[in-house]
Amino acid sequence: MSDEKNDGFEPTIVGYLCNWCTYAAADVAGSSRLQYPHNIRAIRVMCSGSVDPLYILRALFSGADAVLISGCRPGDCHYVSGNYKERRRMVVLKTILETLGLESDRIWLRWIAASDVPKFAATMNEVTAEVKKLGPNPINSAWSV
Amino acid sequence: MAKTVSFSVKDGSVTGAMRQLLKQLLEKKLVDAVLVPLELPSRENVVQSLVTQPEAMGAANPLAPVLPVNTANIISKMTRLASSEKKVAVVARSCELRALIELVKLKQASLDNIVLVGVDCYGTYSVPDYKQFAKGTQAPGDEFMKGMKAGKADSRLREACQICEYPYPLIADITVGLVGSDFDKEILLLANTPLGEQVVDGLGLPGAKDDGRKAAVEKLVTERVKRRDEVFAQTLAETKGLEKLTSVFSPCIGCHNCRDVCPVCYCRECVFDSSTFSFEADKYLDWASRKGALRVPTDTLLFHLTRLNHMATSCVGCGQCQEACPNDVPVFRIFRLVASRVQPLFSYVPGRSVDEPLPLTTFKEAEFQKVGFE
Repeated sequence: MSDEKNDGFEPTIVGYLCNWCTYAAADVAGSSRLQYPHNIRAIRVMCSGSVDPLYILRALFSGADAVLISGCRPGDCHYVSGNYKERRRMVVLKTILETLGLESDRIWLRWIAASDVPKFAATMNEVTAEVKKLGPNPINSAWSV
Repeated sequence: MAKTVSFSVKDGSVTGAMRQLLKQLLEKKLVDAVLVPLELPSRENVVQSLVTQPEAMGAANPLAPVLPVNTANIISKMTRLASSEKKVAVVARSCELRALIELVKLKQASLDNIVLVGVDCYGTYSVPDYKQFAKGTQAPGDEFMKGMKAGKADSRLREACQICEYPYPLIADITVGLVGSDFDKEILLLANTPLGEQVVDGLGLPGAKDDGRKAAVEKLVTERVKRRDEVFAQTLAETKGLEKLTSVFSPCIGCHNCRDVCPVCYCRECVFDSSTFSFEADKYLDWASRKGALRVPTDTLLFHLTRLNHMATSCVGCGQCQEACPNDVPVFRIFRLVASRVQPLFSYVPGRSVDEPLPLTTFKEAEFQKVGFE
């Protein structure tokens, strides 16, 4: 057995996935039996631009070790600009957390099109591996937040 | 180029001159009403009031160093349903005007038929401190201005004011120039817009030069920025990290006063007042059993982080949140620090222009490409 400190830690990752792109990619990944970690808890949203920072914070304050927001590639948003606006919101959210010394690297933003099925599986592997390295989210064990 | 005129000050009383000036706006029917702080008969406080009778200007004191309510909130409330056909002059400080501009962009206030009269501001005291100060003087506005002109350090100035980089109005139809001017003798009026010019022309005043103003403003801003950076460094040392942050916010009782007085906290209905975060008892018990213990009421930090997400781009640093906190949580320091990191991301200065879109309502195609790994 490896002696890494986070050995055996299985992170909970909440994924807000865009209906038109990433959720479709997840669907195809599943039906084509492409393996990816079960740590991701997929929540289908109509657009990455509909993900309020509060949804992300709520997840991180309520048991999630990380949050992934994934939507259409820039320029491909089915609502024209939802993903561009989400990108700005994520920059603001991450800057707020970094300024206050909270972990902004538990928030992941990725653009995965419906046809990017291997990229979807690879991203889930990447996120899960990175969050395993980070270890459990300290907010989840802090009783006084 | 702003048109500059001079309004003469009699008997060395700059407050008296401001009263005369505002009185003339009404007498000459240049405006129908003026929103300006009036001194209460007890002289213990000033309160923003809508003045329509020239005689009532005898109690006006826009230079009294106190800011009970951010005027942006007042204009928002006044114009939310419909603005008036009557012309209203709004006499306000820089932070109030900047907040007002943000509210206009949020479609929560209207500038229709409003003449913005921005007054140079050396800062304000808390309401209780002002009351103490006013008790000991016959002319609080004049005495304060004299002290500031002499360059006296004044520890009663609110921290928000001590670190404010905008002692001059960033945006106004008319600027009342006091910093660097000889306000024992004259007040400078700078007409910055056609509307401002129209009003200033109506006063029929002699032209003037604002030679000393720019350098004096710059000197004041440099001092403030130095102090600001000291406060930021101290705030980081005291609050950074989960442990310190939960400790700093631990006296928060969830009264939401900071939100209520914030001029740019814009949601019509706050999610923290809705039933979104109402849970059945078992949910709380679940959380408690997972953590071993659970602070209740819950979501203190979540509330402040959510507020930051909403208004960090528009925070004007007026510090009203701090005044409203019953337990001295350093909300102003934290919010101002975060805003100083967030606003430059978009080269955005809240309240600088009505035409610049709010950062979160717009985007550029080629920006922040590392965030989503394009």
